[in-house]
Amino acid sequence: MKKNHKAICINHTLFKGVVVFFLILIWGCKKETQNETPNPPVPFQGFYQPEHFPSSEQPFDVSKINEKSFALGKRLFYDPILSRDSTISCGSCHIQASAFTQHGHDVSHGIDDLLGRRNALPIQNLMWQKNFLWDGGILNLELVAINAITSPVEMDESLLNIVEKLKRSKVYPQMFKEAFGNEEITSTKMLVALGYFMALFISDKSKYDEVKRGKAQFTEQEQRGYNLFKQHCETCHKEPLFTDQSFRNNGVQHFFTIDKGRYEISLISGDEGKFKVPSLRNIEFTAPFMHDGRFPSLMDVLNHYSDGIQNYTNLDPLLINKIPLNSQEKQDIISFLKTLSDFTFIRDKRFSEF
Amino acid sequence: MKKEFKNIFQILVIALALSITACKKKDDNHNHDTPTPQQPGETEIHLENRIGNLKFYLNESYVNENGDSVKFTMFNYYVSNFEFIKEDGSSYVVPKDSCYFLVKANDMESQELHFKNIPAGKYKGVRFIIGVDSLKSAAPLEQRTGVLDPATGAQGMYWSWNTGYIFVKAEGTCPGIPDSLQNKFKYHIGLFGGYSTPTINNIKKVELLFGQNIEIKSTKKPNIHCYVNPLEMFKTPTTFDVKAQPVIMASPASKTIADNYADMIKFDHIH
Repeated sequence: MKKNHKAICINHTLFKGVVVFFLILIWGCKKETQNETPNPPVPFQGFYQPEHFPSSEQPFDVSKINEKSFALGKRLFYDPILSRDSTISCGSCHIQASAFTQHGHDVSHGIDDLLGRRNALPIQNLMWQKNFLWDGGILNLELVAINAITSPVEMDESLLNIVEKLKRSKVYPQMFKEAFGNEEITSTKMLVALGYFMALFISDKSKYDEVKRGKAQFTEQEQRGYNLFKQHCETCHKEPLFTDQSFRNNGVQHFFTIDKGRYEISLISGDEGKFKVPSLRNIEFTAPFMHDGRFPSLMDVLNHYSDGIQNYTNLDPLLINKIPLNSQEKQDIISFLKTLSDFTFIRDKRFSEF
Repeated sequence: MKKEFKNIFQILVIALALSITACKKKDDNHNHDTPTPQQPGETEIHLENRIGNLKFYLNESYVNENGDSVKFTMFNYYVSNFEFIKEDGSSYVVPKDSCYFLVKANDMESQELHFKNIPAGKYKGVRFIIGVDSLKSAAPLEQRTGVLDPATGAQGMYWSWNTGYIFVKAEGTCPGIPDSLQNKFKYHIGLFGGYSTPTINNIKKVELLFGQNIEIKSTKKPNIHCYVNPLEMFKTPTTFDVKAQPVIMASPASKTIADNYADMIKFDHIH
């Protein structure tokens, strides 16, 4: 009886063990199956207006951006067939980790190792820009790419050739069909698709943005830097885009023989040497600085504003007395500028090449 | 009380009478319109390149106002925003979707501008611009079709670095231009006045009067024959020396050439 009881007990324990074992198995299996089922598809997020941004400036129709047209734009952006000898793509000079600039290059490094004359600008928040390039020469988002594609020192290719190459491709006709409803490949569609891709490069998730949303707080040093920034820099680098989109001469250059800047577009005497005030968003990633990439670090830039400015021709009146800053203040400003770094943006898988 | 009633009655009668006449009038109009429908007509403007009485040819030498011998290898220009001026001074504006033309010296067909659906009537002239208006110059790409498509129709007439089109593109040679430039002149004249900040505006308005009224209707398609003189870009108001400035693109000097070519298109005859 005792034995029996024991046997029952053993059996019982064994039974329990088996049950637990199976439960674990099932649970394991279940977990595994859960892992195997793909995550519920994240709905495609098209264009959106960050609540603390002004209304957008571009007439580009972002309502047509969908998963397919975005995917086509992305493929084109990273495809070197957009260059004459298929060596460089848009992504070659606009690298995501560097907020879509060409890190380490003072001026653009294009086809045949040729050099441009200006520093590649970041691609971000394009829908809020009134115009594009350092001199504001182009007004429409979807027309900017023509400049780089056809420039003899950048991609040196014609739009018509690209259309021919795309037509011969095995993948593009289908992708154009999915994006636009028919297989016909035109340069307009190609440029619009590139625009769809780039229009979604919205950088609005930096620490600064989180502070503005009341979800984070500046450190003491960042706050000191922010106060100094508002005192000394905000007139030109206007929040929240950190540019007032004006053209100014900040006293880096005396001669304008190589590059007359805004004058080349406006032809207004006095605009020689003026360039678009660049946004400071993601500035931590976009060295070197200025239109010709002359300053390797943010400290060099601040040293220029505190001591380096010369009263050159067409110097902006706001800079005639330079910007008095001691080294602690410069450190504080740099600490604030780093709160403009948007890691979500530079790591966003939707925008990355691989 | 009785008087008031009478007044109201009177008003009612008048109102009824008015409403009847209003109806009648409407009917009258309707009846009046239908018997003589005026079908719209078509017309053509022929822009023929000529030097005086002679036909103009590419790669032929011509002596300009400054006494220099010039040879054109290219002479292309945009005309747009057409308006036909009616007998009474009012005008018919050609719709935006069919008012842009790129005329090329090496393409005879491009020199015939076709206009359809013009309201029947008598017209005494036509207005247009040499160039492309500022609104279209800044329009989204999808609204730039045909001769305005940067890749196809406007190939070579579109600046990739500066918003806008090249209104007049004239290239060629002159023996007096230095060998270092291979004796070549290149005039790429554009600039629509700027979008946010004003810059040079080289859009030139043209008004051509026919000196008579021409009738356009469904059964009559007049051909407005005009002569275009490429050498006009070198004279009036400024006699221009190609040797001194063989290359002009987006620069203040472009205004001199544009002011000169403003009168290069002249009405000659109707047939």
